[in-house]
Amino acid sequence: MSSENKQILTTDGIPLEVSLKKAEKKNKIKAFLLVAPLLLFIIITYVFPIGDMLMRSVDDKMVTEMLPKTFKSMEKWDGDELPPEEVFEAFYFDFQKLIEEEREGKLSTQLNYTKNGFKSIIKKLRRKSKSFEEGNYKEQIMSVHKRWADVEYWRAIKRRAPAYTYQKYLKGVDMFENEKGKIVNVSEDRRIHRILWLRTLEIAFFVTVFCFLMAYPIAHLLATLPMKYSNLLMICVLLPFWTSLLVRTASWMILLQQQGIVNDFFVMIGLVTDDNRVEMMFNKTGSYVAMTQILLPFMVLPLYSVMKTISPSLMRAGKSLGGTPFVAFWKVYFPLTIPGIGAGCLLVFILAIGYYITPALVGGASGTLISNQIAFHMKSTLDWSFASAMGLMLLSGVLVIYWLYNKLVGIDNIKLG
Amino acid sequence: MALPKYTETHYRIWHYVYLSICAAVFFFLIAPLFVIFPLSFNAEEFLVFSDGMKRLDPDAFSLRWYQDMIYGTKNPWGLAAKNSFIIAIFATIGSVLLGTVAALGLSSRHMPYKGLIMAILISPMIVPLIISGVAIFFFMAKAGLAATHTGIVLAHIILGTPFVVITVTATLSGFDHSVTRAAASLGSNPVNTFMKITLPLILPGVISGGLFAFVTSFDEVVVVLFLAGLENTTIPIQMWTGLREQLSPTILAVATCLIILSTLILVTAELLRRRSERLRGINI
Repeated sequence: MSSENKQILTTDGIPLEVSLKKAEKKNKIKAFLLVAPLLLFIIITYVFPIGDMLMRSVDDKMVTEMLPKTFKSMEKWDGDELPPEEVFEAFYFDFQKLIEEEREGKLSTQLNYTKNGFKSIIKKLRRKSKSFEEGNYKEQIMSVHKRWADVEYWRAIKRRAPAYTYQKYLKGVDMFENEKGKIVNVSEDRRIHRILWLRTLEIAFFVTVFCFLMAYPIAHLLATLPMKYSNLLMICVLLPFWTSLLVRTASWMILLQQQGIVNDFFVMIGLVTDDNRVEMMFNKTGSYVAMTQILLPFMVLPLYSVMKTISPSLMRAGKSLGGTPFVAFWKVYFPLTIPGIGAGCLLVFILAIGYYITPALVGGASGTLISNQIAFHMKSTLDWSFASAMGLMLLSGVLVIYWLYNKLVGIDNIKLG
Repeated sequence: MALPKYTETHYRIWHYVYLSICAAVFFFLIAPLFVIFPLSFNAEEFLVFSDGMKRLDPDAFSLRWYQDMIYGTKNPWGLAAKNSFIIAIFATIGSVLLGTVAALGLSSRHMPYKGLIMAILISPMIVPLIISGVAIFFFMAKAGLAATHTGIVLAHIILGTPFVVITVTATLSGFDHSVTRAAASLGSNPVNTFMKITLPLILPGVISGGLFAFVTSFDEVVVVLFLAGLENTTIPIQMWTGLREQLSPTILAVATCLIILSTLILVTAELLRRRSERLRGINI
């Protein structure tokens, strides 16, 4: 640069600063264009659909659109006593339109979610309403069934007026909004979801603890052994890691069955008698054992990669300064492995909390987890909005865990091994 | 790990306790896989070791379940294997292409919003599978791709790309960018530079990412259960159905084949990892 001006110019005569900025911008755009295809793909096929789940979970437009006149006329009704004639009239016309479009069945299913007992009375109303005369619809509808004269049922209809609802989320924790608009628990014998949430957390937690307790010593051994032995032993960790999840589950089903090898072994060493074999499958034991073995590599690999970087001279220094091996381990070695512990526990816990293949196969009825429930509502009851709501509750739980992890350990420590 | 001679007795004891704990854990990890081998050659229909097998009587062993797997009437495994391989191969190609290109961009120091974009790109890996399954199903249903091979391939690309992005960015972190500048200064265009210089150097990372993507797709059952119709059945779906209904020895024959496949993949992945570590060692 032989310029004598204050401003340094490039050969084209453009100030260097401007030229540099231009080049930087160009590089930025170049880098972004490389990422763009995948980013767009993931956003369209994955991020938006998760947003779609959110919409579905709160969406309640169906009934709102089915009974437009009814809800309009209900606006002035305070809900203390039976609604006035105009509400009945509006309801009658909405209902006739639904019959024409053959959608009254959907209405009855929807209203039945809000209050039991709608199914039969809507069927009856459909039959009777053919012979209705003009005028005085209130009397005519009320005479179809005594529930149509019950103010509770009209309040139930009114509760479906808003286009959005958080009912599905309440249902996910076994609560609902009662007639007076208060949020209360469902009756004791119908509280199934809370049990499932707790069981999911419990299994994920204990599987994480078991994995940690088993992975720590072997990761330490792998990291301290000479390369040629540790490579051989590493295969024991990596082969299960690369093997199909279902294959591993199948092998546990064979091992844990009543006539299986584990029971044979127990009988052989005299732990149990032959006619008294232990039931280890189709209960929690099965879930714990199989999930721990399946998720163990995910704990070993991050621990190993952290332990590998710890210099053995640190332990020697600890010992030479007068610490017993245990003190040296606890004060020097263990704190250095915390990033690995964090990454491993996070990985295992997150994987365990969303698991359902293994629990569904070896866990039996007491082994079903929240994921099974989501799959059940997706595939069997087709209550997709409820499945979405529970999925998002699970997702927000997972995000909270990530956030906590990031605060405590820092998210950059995740390694694939 | 020999102990020094001066080690006190109780530490010596503790050391052997430690080694036996490790041995037990290794046994717990690897042993279950080995029950499947012998039982898949069982001549009988039961999933226990028959007396004949315990005596190593040759008559107690047979290949009938392997025959059943390949030639069995109304057998789903042929179709399932074909579908699984087709889907996994296309999903791997898609994941590797999209993932590698994205990783190149992410590794550039000019990349804006790196953290946020990385988080979005690897989110399919960290969100529980069941949630991914529901979300992807909603998308595919709307796009009319449910119960098609295309839909499943796209779904597996979503699940597979995070692995490619992670392994390739890791490889690129040890990449010496002066070699690409050298190529450019010698008159090579960017595409040529990539094909002749960058790609050969990052190839181990790309292939191991591809292996991850392949295994993810080949093993995947949660999302496929939502998406697949009868025509799109895959090996994991057949295994899942089989294990739920009745555990037949044919499944064990299939499982044995899968273990052999995973051993091959493991060996390839390990060789690649070592090669890549060696290359990175040279670069540093």
